Amino acid sequence: MNLNDLKLLSPEIFLSVSSLFLLVLSLSKVDVKRIVNLSIISLIITILLVCNLWFGWLFEPSSKNSLLGSFSSDNFSLFFKLLILLSSLITVFGSFQYFVSEKTRNYFGEFISLIFLSIVGMMLLVSSTELITIYVSLELSALPIIVLLSIHRTKLGIESGIKFFILSAFSSAILLYGFIYLYGLTGSTNLLLIQESISKMSLNEGSTFITYGIIISIVLIIAGFSFKMAIVPWQMWIPDVYQGAPTPVAAFLSVASKSSAFAVIIRMFYTSFTNEDLMLDWSLIFAVLAAITMTLGNLFALNQKNIKRLLGYSTIAQAGYILIGLAAIPGGNSMNFSGIQGSMYYLGGYLFTNMSIFIVITIIISRTKDETIEGLSGFIKVSPVYSIILVVGLLSLIGMPPTVGFMSKVIIFGFAINSGYPWLALVGVINSVLAAFYYLRIIRFIVFEEPSTTKLTQVHLLRDNRTILAGSICSILVLLLGIIPFILLEMSKKAINFI
Amino acid sequence: MFDGILSVTIFLPVISAAIILFFFKNNNSIRYFANFTTGIVFLLSLMMFLNYDTEISGFQMIDYFETWIPFEYLRSSYIVGIDGLSAPLVLLTGILGFVSTLASLRVEKRVKEYHIWLLVLISSVFGVFVSLDLLLFFIFFEFELIPMYMLISIWGSGRPKYSAMKFVLFTLFGGALMLVGILSIYMSTDVGTLIMVSIPELNLVGIPELIQYSDLLLPASFIFILFFIAFAIKLPSWPVHSWLPDAHTDAPTAVSVMLAGVLLKMAGYGLIRINIGFFQNTKGFSIYDASVFISILAAISVVYGGIITVRQTDMKRLIAFSSISHMGFVMLGVSAIGTSNSNTSIAGINGAALQMFTHGTITGLAFLMVGFTYERTHTRHIPHLGGLWHKIPIIAVFFFISGFASLGLPMLSGFVSEIMIFLSTFTIWPIATIISAFGVVLAAGYILWMIQRIFFGVKPPDEIFSDEIYDQIEDVKKIDLLPILLLTIPVFLVGIWPSLLTEIINLGVEGVLR
Repeated sequence: MNLNDLKLLSPEIFLSVSSLFLLVLSLSKVDVKRIVNLSIISLIITILLVCNLWFGWLFEPSSKNSLLGSFSSDNFSLFFKLLILLSSLITVFGSFQYFVSEKTRNYFGEFISLIFLSIVGMMLLVSSTELITIYVSLELSALPIIVLLSIHRTKLGIESGIKFFILSAFSSAILLYGFIYLYGLTGSTNLLLIQESISKMSLNEGSTFITYGIIISIVLIIAGFSFKMAIVPWQMWIPDVYQGAPTPVAAFLSVASKSSAFAVIIRMFYTSFTNEDLMLDWSLIFAVLAAITMTLGNLFALNQKNIKRLLGYSTIAQAGYILIGLAAIPGGNSMNFSGIQGSMYYLGGYLFTNMSIFIVITIIISRTKDETIEGLSGFIKVSPVYSIILVVGLLSLIGMPPTVGFMSKVIIFGFAINSGYPWLALVGVINSVLAAFYYLRIIRFIVFEEPSTTKLTQVHLLRDNRTILAGSICSILVLLLGIIPFILLEMSKKAINFI
Repeated sequence: MFDGILSVTIFLPVISAAIILFFFKNNNSIRYFANFTTGIVFLLSLMMFLNYDTEISGFQMIDYFETWIPFEYLRSSYIVGIDGLSAPLVLLTGILGFVSTLASLRVEKRVKEYHIWLLVLISSVFGVFVSLDLLLFFIFFEFELIPMYMLISIWGSGRPKYSAMKFVLFTLFGGALMLVGILSIYMSTDVGTLIMVSIPELNLVGIPELIQYSDLLLPASFIFILFFIAFAIKLPSWPVHSWLPDAHTDAPTAVSVMLAGVLLKMAGYGLIRINIGFFQNTKGFSIYDASVFISILAAISVVYGGIITVRQTDMKRLIAFSSISHMGFVMLGVSAIGTSNSNTSIAGINGAALQMFTHGTITGLAFLMVGFTYERTHTRHIPHLGGLWHKIPIIAVFFFISGFASLGLPMLSGFVSEIMIFLSTFTIWPIATIISAFGVVLAAGYILWMIQRIFFGVKPPDEIFSDEIYDQIEDVKKIDLLPILLLTIPVFLVGIWPSLLTEIINLGVEGVLR
């Protein structure tokens, strides 16, 4: 390990150290508010360190790769690191009130250090360019979440923790099985070397054994990661886990965990499996999965009464839209990988959209203890600011102009049509009408119904300036990125030059 | 190129909505400010209409920012401008926007939000008529749903939430199909632009020219159908009309005026600008092939709408269903594209464009008068009304005018547009035209029947229509004459002097037909 490695790994190292530091600090009698503030500061510093690597403010690393080529700190990984860190920052900042007032207060040190460890796992995951590193960092990102899910020791929480544990172990096993095939056929665990040896194989020309072997490993890898990305048919855990999880953890799962899984699958497929015949194969797999995922996610969401379950199903549907970008490889011989740019734009917009909804839901549920959609009745009279944040977020999930949700849908459907999947775009747009039905139902309860319970008045008691600030920044960004999509598009364009 | 006036007109209502949101608390000052804004917008739209130079024709008052979205895979620009087709519709939006705020003076429920949404609605409608970039057009087309959803749900009567949801889902479905159409045109390698029209002054080559000899990603006929379904839902045409009566009946008066007056016209505008403009001569498909189906759909809409209207007993529902019938005429005019004689098809499409303007003013007036009557009688059930002539003569007179204009009485504007449509389509689709002409007879039936039952005869007995309410009925106040006259003047003016509009419209239609 030389100096360059230290530079490249600086965000991860800083975050791990601060995770342990906060854990130790929480053993002493420091006020929990101070620990929350410290954790926010360390997240901000980590973000600055990542930005530093992107823009090269303090130092320019001499090479982007380190650790014997198993770790790459290119713009692609930095983009996703920013997404993960920003979503965590918004979660921690916006849920301030939750952390200091709930039972979380007693074990916030453990809570935040586990979250940090999971973030470190995700950051390593999006940077890794080698199968074993991918597997290890995947486990590092998943294990703390199991603890976080059942940290309140409620019945639902423990159920969701165990569910997540078993399924995540199961999916890791499937993933490993896929990796083994790949290693056996190519003799390497490095993604670039795998690509080289696949390109020498002359697939589909008599060597059917190898072709099928690669296809099997592709299917297994997709299955393994689909668990994290919430793709049908590996989505069953989502609603249960979301319902049982502490709301900030659900928020963390919905964006950070999902985008890291998307990042690694994009990197694997666009580095290793770039053979043209193979691309056509896996792009079709992704297309079919995307269509099924968004349709089923939306259909299940139609009849949900619990807001957290509904958001769970909505993240499944959104994962389907994001997957369209992965399926959208350019037809013919032109090898520009534009489709994933759409996916990355979608994820960026989805971050702010989903975070604005989740942090408001967190504070409402922690006050009213009512997780039903009816519980939001007449919320606009109780708290107009929260309601506006929620409504803007929901409109963005529907895909109404001028929000970022609309722009990302337009771009991603455009890519689908461009790469020869017009049916996928049709399924997508019809799905967005389906989705409008249940999102509008929530808006209807918030804006039109009369407040039915007295519970809602309690929200008055804890009008949290931090939540309002974080939520309104998210809402403004949702609108801004929808009207001026260029900023995020330019970033994602810079990010995909790893190929 | 930046002229500014058009952008100001589009965004002025939104800006003043934001000002109301942040700075106004008093209900009365909100009302005055909203009316002041829409009044200025009305004057601006009138100014633009009068300033449209018929000598130069083409697109004028263009605002053009080339790099709104400079993304290499989705190049979209902010470009707005008016031609002969959109100028009358811009004027119509200006008039009806002013009328709708004037008609909202007596709204007492959540006044602030109401005016904010109404102003946002006006802005987005303006945007639809003047956008020359497909994505921009689509954004305004969809955005209008949010304020409409709020306006119908919160301030409506009857089953407002159901109706609003139905309206939104129907339109969203059409919009979704249209989005696929837009993207598949744009993504075709030979097209690769979103500009809806060619503008020689700016060296812009639009889709209509590029699409002619291009290989499209999807078959041109399929893309045509995607657009057509979207606009047929919005128009609305049989068999996708069922959202309209619900939305209309349950919406508050001002919103009904906007909905019937301008929102339906987005569809007619889209049919002419996009379906006719783009698909005249694409590879393997031309709108001529589809025009027979358009004429059949139009004839069914006209007659089916008319027959259902005769059965209605609710005043507002009656006017709403009559809109289906009357917008059927727009579609019939569009079907005049199916001839090789360009003069005939120009005349028919001229008629369709004129029908959009006239129907906007006439139905706007009708909904306004129904609203005024309902405010006084507290019922819209026609059998429960009667003998109102002596109590509210002014309302009655203008109700008559709107009714007669709607059934196509000569000298009033409805006659002019209908006769233009019939004259041109008769030579092309004689049977569809003859069937549609019965729509006029049906219109005479339901309009006269309704007016007769409401205003003549004797008052029904006390238990049906209480004496107490009847005695309290007063005629309109002076301030209410302003919106009424704003709508009545164009009805007469166009009826007597049609070339005031047809001259400009003709330029626009010729531009679309090249």
